[in-house]
Amino acid sequence: MTTIAVIDHGAGNLVSIAQSLARVGADVIVASEPSDIAKADGLVLPGVGTTGGVMHGIDEAGFRPAITQWDRPLLGICVGLQVLFESSHEDDAKCFGFVPGSVERLRDAPRLPHIGWNDVSMNHDPLFADIGPEATFYFVHSYAPRPSTSDTVIGTSTYGETFVSAVRSGRRVGTQFHPERSGNNGLQLLANFVAMAA
Amino acid sequence: MTLRTRIIPCLDVKDGRVVKGVNFVNLADAGDPVELATRYADEGADEICYLDISASPEGRGTLLDVVRRTASNVFVPLTVGGGVRTADDMRAVLRAGADKVAVNTAAVADPSLLESCATRFGRQCVVIAIDTKRRDGWFEVVVNGGRRPTGIDAIDWARQATKLGAGEILLTSMDADGTKAGFDLAVTRAVTAAVDVPVIASGGAGTVDHCIDVVLEADASAVLAASIFHRREIEISSLKSAMAAAGIPVRELV
Repeated sequence: MTTIAVIDHGAGNLVSIAQSLARVGADVIVASEPSDIAKADGLVLPGVGTTGGVMHGIDEAGFRPAITQWDRPLLGICVGLQVLFESSHEDDAKCFGFVPGSVERLRDAPRLPHIGWNDVSMNHDPLFADIGPEATFYFVHSYAPRPSTSDTVIGTSTYGETFVSAVRSGRRVGTQFHPERSGNNGLQLLANFVAMAA
Repeated sequence: MTLRTRIIPCLDVKDGRVVKGVNFVNLADAGDPVELATRYADEGADEICYLDISASPEGRGTLLDVVRRTASNVFVPLTVGGGVRTADDMRAVLRAGADKVAVNTAAVADPSLLESCATRFGRQCVVIAIDTKRRDGWFEVVVNGGRRPTGIDAIDWARQATKLGAGEILLTSMDADGTKAGFDLAVTRAVTAAVDVPVIASGGAGTVDHCIDVVLEADASAVLAASIFHRREIEISSLKSAMAAAGIPVRELV
């Protein structure tokens, strides 16, 4: 069985992430200490709130070195995606810098936060196997990533402007939307991630 | 396509049980919020809302268990309101598996609660629930389930609450609630025009046209209803088809 560790850095809805991964057949560890992830095949980095707050929580729990050294598949969700970038305009946070680019507030949005179900236009990527090329997922955010190179973009969405809603850099992937709250499309995406980690 | 208008069934929960009349013939236990929420999610609900009306601390504890079981079985967003007094209360509900938490009376008593919750958890999970009553030429905020007037102007409060940290408004007209005569379009329009966060319209849904009107004429981002769904008067799927036919973007089930 494929073991997925979900990082608990103090914020966020871990129940739905852990349960939806279990639903698609993963053996799930909720990791509150860095040593908890050693045996995992894949890592999920959740995050709600602000990028600064999530980076602070990661540092408080001592996860920064373990996440930086992690070389197996990693999935960042929402703010967990945003911290993969170099920095965020939200509280001027310094982030991991695994993906070149920054995180900025959505432009031309009718209302913020962007809350609800919206389309993702997907590139060919194993993360989207049996879902794409277009499907709806659940979003709740006001900031979105702006990669400095287009080769990391695997999904885009439109709300006011067209923005990047999914990225890949090697074995690190991230979604601005919440697969754990996106019904069958989301469960399929999580199953695809578990398959990547197997 | 674009952002979809959400359909949100609301379940009143007391001591872990659904209290408003539920008329599902083929549910094993129509009083179990988790079973009902699962059914609604399967039928296309875009989000589920629980309103806890337990009076006792024991009832509150039961709610957290219901939230936990829901998050384990229902993979659409869950908003929980009722009885949240402090940032620690909110943390407990979020940790149990809710995506958003609605605060009402406690935020009116102490608006800084919105600030502290938004700072700790992010404004995207802080919902301000505003209950209103029509007065001569204005709308008043009422609290304690509509029993207590506050003298506060609902439009001013909507502005202030979003400025302090609420990322969404759950707006209920206590005049329209339970009447099935349609949403209060005037108060909904006034609030959606005053703020730039999404507004969930609640209170008064009786027909498909009511739901269409509050979106097209009052710019609601989501429609919340209870009894029309519980009594099977309107199916979520037929409501979505009618809204789509009226030009409103809705999510199709996959």
